[in-house]
Amino acid sequence: MNLDFLLDGANWSGPDGFPQRILEHLGYSAVSVVIAMIIAIPIGLLIGHTGRGALLAISLGNAGRALPSLGVVILAIAVSSVGLGPVIAALVVLAVPPLLTATYAGLRAVDPAVVDAARGIGLRESQIVARVEVPIALPVILGGVRSAVLQVVSTATLAAYVGQGGLGRYLFDGLALRDYPRIVAGAVVLAVLAVIVDLLLALVQRLTVSPGVDGRAARARGRGAVAATDPATVPAAGTDPAPAETAA
Amino acid sequence: MSLPGDIADYLSVNGEAVRDSLIQHLWLALVPVVIAFVLSLPLGWAVVRFGWVRLPILAVSSVVYTIPSLALFLLLPGLLGTSILDPLNVVVALTVYSLSLLVRSTADGLASIDPAVVASATAMGYRPLRRWFAVELPLALPVVLAGLRVATVANVSMVSVAALIGIDSLGQLFTRGFQLNFYAAPIVIGLVLSVVVAFVFDLAIVVAQRRLTPWTRAGASR
Amino acid sequence: MAIEFDQVSKRYPDGTLAVDDLTLTAPSGAITVFVGPSGCGKTTSLRMINRMVDPTSGAIRIDGVDVTAQPAAQLRRRIGYVIQHAGLFPHRTVVDNVATVPVLEGVSRAEARKRAYELLERVGLSAALAERYPAQLSGGQQQRVGVARALAADPPVMLMDEPFSAVDPVVRESLQAEFLRLQGELGKTIVMVTHDIDEAIKLGDHVAVFAEGGRLAQVATPEQLLAAPADDFVAGFVGRDRGYRGLSFATAAELSVEPAGTEVAGLTLVVDDGRPVGWRDGTGRVLASAGAFTAADTLRAAADLALLSPAGAAVRVGADGRVDGIVRHAAIAEVIRRRQVERIAVEGAGADDRSDVEGSSELGERVSGA
Repeated sequence: MNLDFLLDGANWSGPDGFPQRILEHLGYSAVSVVIAMIIAIPIGLLIGHTGRGALLAISLGNAGRALPSLGVVILAIAVSSVGLGPVIAALVVLAVPPLLTATYAGLRAVDPAVVDAARGIGLRESQIVARVEVPIALPVILGGVRSAVLQVVSTATLAAYVGQGGLGRYLFDGLALRDYPRIVAGAVVLAVLAVIVDLLLALVQRLTVSPGVDGRAARARGRGAVAATDPATVPAAGTDPAPAETAA
Repeated sequence: MSLPGDIADYLSVNGEAVRDSLIQHLWLALVPVVIAFVLSLPLGWAVVRFGWVRLPILAVSSVVYTIPSLALFLLLPGLLGTSILDPLNVVVALTVYSLSLLVRSTADGLASIDPAVVASATAMGYRPLRRWFAVELPLALPVVLAGLRVATVANVSMVSVAALIGIDSLGQLFTRGFQLNFYAAPIVIGLVLSVVVAFVFDLAIVVAQRRLTPWTRAGASR
Repeated sequence: MAIEFDQVSKRYPDGTLAVDDLTLTAPSGAITVFVGPSGCGKTTSLRMINRMVDPTSGAIRIDGVDVTAQPAAQLRRRIGYVIQHAGLFPHRTVVDNVATVPVLEGVSRAEARKRAYELLERVGLSAALAERYPAQLSGGQQQRVGVARALAADPPVMLMDEPFSAVDPVVRESLQAEFLRLQGELGKTIVMVTHDIDEAIKLGDHVAVFAEGGRLAQVATPEQLLAAPADDFVAGFVGRDRGYRGLSFATAAELSVEPAGTEVAGLTLVVDDGRPVGWRDGTGRVLASAGAFTAADTLRAAADLALLSPAGAAVRVGADGRVDGIVRHAAIAEVIRRRQVERIAVEGAGADDRSDVEGSSELGERVSGA
């Protein structure tokens, strides 16, 4: 494996350098995920809390997993125009299903007795969602976020195929130029970036989820934890054993 | 011309190529899942049997799964010594992805079995191997098959990316559309076929699950 | 097929002593109950019989043969094992669950299923349930299937670990009664674990009381246990009203009756077509009768009726329900006193016999019911 390109200092500065491409890549990803969260999470909360429209949530999740990311990106451009906008739109479309499904599933899994108690105390429905259901469902919802981010960071690589920036540039330019060291460099940085982002999210997951919910408190008392596996070691668990597909 | 017209047109001209791409796609999607499934059984067993193995295996799976597929397709030639255009890269990469998914679900499935039932089986005189096939594996099936559904569908969609490195699959329809200045017809054909194939496989596993696990549907009727 | 524990101990790697030097014989053809609080080693001891747990020292023998003499799987096929919640295989139908061990032993599936159907009938389940899955049965039904499954290979020994605790009290009582009936027909060597002392007294021919730390506190017949607990722990565990509960082991046949028309405390028994209706007082008012006992009932039942009766006298009826006499408080008390005197005499004569597992009490045998 030829690491020349990767280690060449020249490639680490300038408009074509790694830092620039990394920023572009993260930029596309962040924007798409945030938009997807704004769309998917409220809907997921509504469906999860009321229980209505469950079929929609589940089918969308399944269908979303079946979508080939390359096809979605290219279709987005085919139906509008070349540019960053359609690419972001495609990324949003791919990120919404795992977020929706995870939010729905997380809420569904909350013990109905707890919700009942909250209602009995006199909390309004919106308060129940915000103060009771979401904190309890947080591990699953964050799992969905991790899934979505994974999906998007992967697919953002394809932005370069349709003329945009991002780390995919090294892969596609390298393929065109038959410059294998360039390809390797791009692939390595991309892989490392993806892993780092996922680990950071895992850290966020651990820090924000209440110890009472993920079983840490029970474990710390020395008893066997009642809760399921530690979210940090789970490959972005959502409703399914693993996140949606990673593309590109 | 309208889209349906374009599609009919495209198919009449390129029907055979589409069919070939489809078949190649099916191969590339299925072979990795099958291999990974077979490998996941002993690995899942090991994770449950030897508690200390769980963390390393899950950590490695997690990291591997996080690597974007195109990156993996392109890194493997350097590691395996194959050429970039070799479909073997795709098969190995997808096997590794599927394996990280399936080990998790096999382990979860085996861990979900009521220990009292397993103890019962031992107490009745089952030897470990026979007990594993007669009692533990069947009871783990619901969770295992759920994982298999996810892995299969994920694979079907991931194969398309391989077209970017010149490997024939339904992804070729997307790249063709791209090259033809974003001609919608092949893109739509590719998307539809891809989703349909994923749906068909998913359905097949669901049907198999119904046949193999009839007891999960027998509701409590007292 | 007696089961012997010979100085058996179980110490876990972290130092916990689960079973402490246990020496005990569970006689052939009888029900021996291991009872005690949580953590007393009773379940661990049970599970050492079929080698689900292996002792750290000492030996266990069945019919004189050490249990380690053959491969564990083989040993277990000849021992029936019933646990709480039955542990049925959820993925097999009821009849296939019951047929498990015969099939393991090489019997043809058809033959095994045929036997299974017979066994299901034996434990009181209708054949309609046979092709269902365990999840479709109630807790009580599942437990019966568990028993049938344990009986399928006709093992001489049965081990039961809290078999009746997971069902509600009404179902439990009927399961216990049926179990006793079954044992009456089959005569197996049974070792049962329970934390419920009343169940132990009700079902056991011999009761072994375990204390915390895996120590055997006392082994005796239920009646001896009630009459003479070995120490404070056993007395505390057995619970209150021992004397009263011990009356279950005496039969009411010992009571001699006075004529039905005898006036007691100003009340006279009113009879309609031979059956007791109530007690009439001086003003003609009739107070309801508390019920009646037969000679086959326990002394405890008769005493209870005397307590409830407005006249302080229990009514005895024959098998046809017709009154054949009444018994006053005092007469019952006299019988109880006499029994106590006899017991003390016997005890004085053979004090070392008290913990002899083989000896059954001379003062009376088990009578059904409480």
